[in-house]
Amino acid sequence: MITLKTPAGNSHAGLIGLGVYRPTRVVPNSEVIEAIDSSDEWIRERSGIIERRFAQSHETAASMGAIAAQNALDDAKIKAQDIDVVLVATFSHRFQTPSAAAEIAALIGANNASAFDISAACAGFCYGIGIADSLIRAGSAKNILVIGTEKLSDIINMSDRGTAFIFADGAGAVVVSPTSTQGIGPTIWGADGNARESIIMDPDLITAGKEGIPSLLTMQGQAVFRWAVGSMGDVCNQALAAAELDVSDLKAFVPHQANIRITDAIIKRINLPQHVVVARDIVTAGNTSAASIPLALHALRESGEIKKGEPFLMVGFGAGLAYASQVALAP
Amino acid sequence: MSQEDILAGLAAIVNEVAGIPAESVAMDKSFVDDLDVDSLSMVEVVMACEDKFGVTIPDSEVKNLNTVGDAVNYILANK
Repeated sequence: MITLKTPAGNSHAGLIGLGVYRPTRVVPNSEVIEAIDSSDEWIRERSGIIERRFAQSHETAASMGAIAAQNALDDAKIKAQDIDVVLVATFSHRFQTPSAAAEIAALIGANNASAFDISAACAGFCYGIGIADSLIRAGSAKNILVIGTEKLSDIINMSDRGTAFIFADGAGAVVVSPTSTQGIGPTIWGADGNARESIIMDPDLITAGKEGIPSLLTMQGQAVFRWAVGSMGDVCNQALAAAELDVSDLKAFVPHQANIRITDAIIKRINLPQHVVVARDIVTAGNTSAASIPLALHALRESGEIKKGEPFLMVGFGAGLAYASQVALAP
Repeated sequence: MSQEDILAGLAAIVNEVAGIPAESVAMDKSFVDDLDVDSLSMVEVVMACEDKFGVTIPDSEVKNLNTVGDAVNYILANK
């Protein structure tokens, strides 16, 4: 029997750098309420959102992702040429192919990297962290950029009361590398494809192209809310158990910034102690899908609420219906 | 379980989810118009009812539960 060489893996992986890009244009609720016959108060009560950021017309998911990626490289003190894999979570990149990852790799000069996108919507960043951790420990890569970037303002129906006020633009990135001790807990992940129509682009791209109508994001808000509130507490508890960490050992809880009401409901279900900081970046950033977790983590680091090496719990969930959760140590 | 028991249990849930005094939760009250329970809180109320009363309340049914009485009667008929 022929046996092939097993690659030598790295014992441990962790997050060693973090960078973000927040578009400069602030969009308060007052700018979105007219088209959906709503009010500032209604939006705040139902989502926690006071304002969000929209990118400029010349900016793209890839261009914003490249800035966040460069900031993460600077934070990690690593050169782009030393990156082995560029991994991008997005669903608002302009092309089905080629990938946003290939574009970002070119923009930052990561010329030695493989590059591919992950299609897991709001769970994409946590999917990426899980994949990067596995690639490094399996010996397939050393330094990996995991980027979440979205320009959702291009694909929102601004007259849809269920989505127009929620979604926004931004980018966040981390560098994942071999570390002396493990900095990423086991990833708990999954998907329920039977419910995939509860968050879906409509019409599909082929129909949109043939009929000349835009393919926009649609969501059955109550069904998604029920799924997230009903299921994500258990997923978080599984991620904590897999990492052999008690919820009281956490420094911060950094859920996907879907809706502050979902965050509050999950907190109750996992009995999060008062001393654990909760990321509420959605209030000023809106829901930026794959970008929301690194953006929210960066905000906590900027405010001094989390420091390097402190444990935080992530959970991403959304279209697919895909979800993923893990504990990590802050970069 | 009687109608009164279900009403009392539902009132406790509405109080827990939306902070509305349990005594306001009467059979003829509309969740949205009288009790100010918004659509997301209604989802939480439904989920808590499923746990508490052992019923299944599908999304397609939730929109028919306009009043507290609608919910109590649905639970009575389906538990």
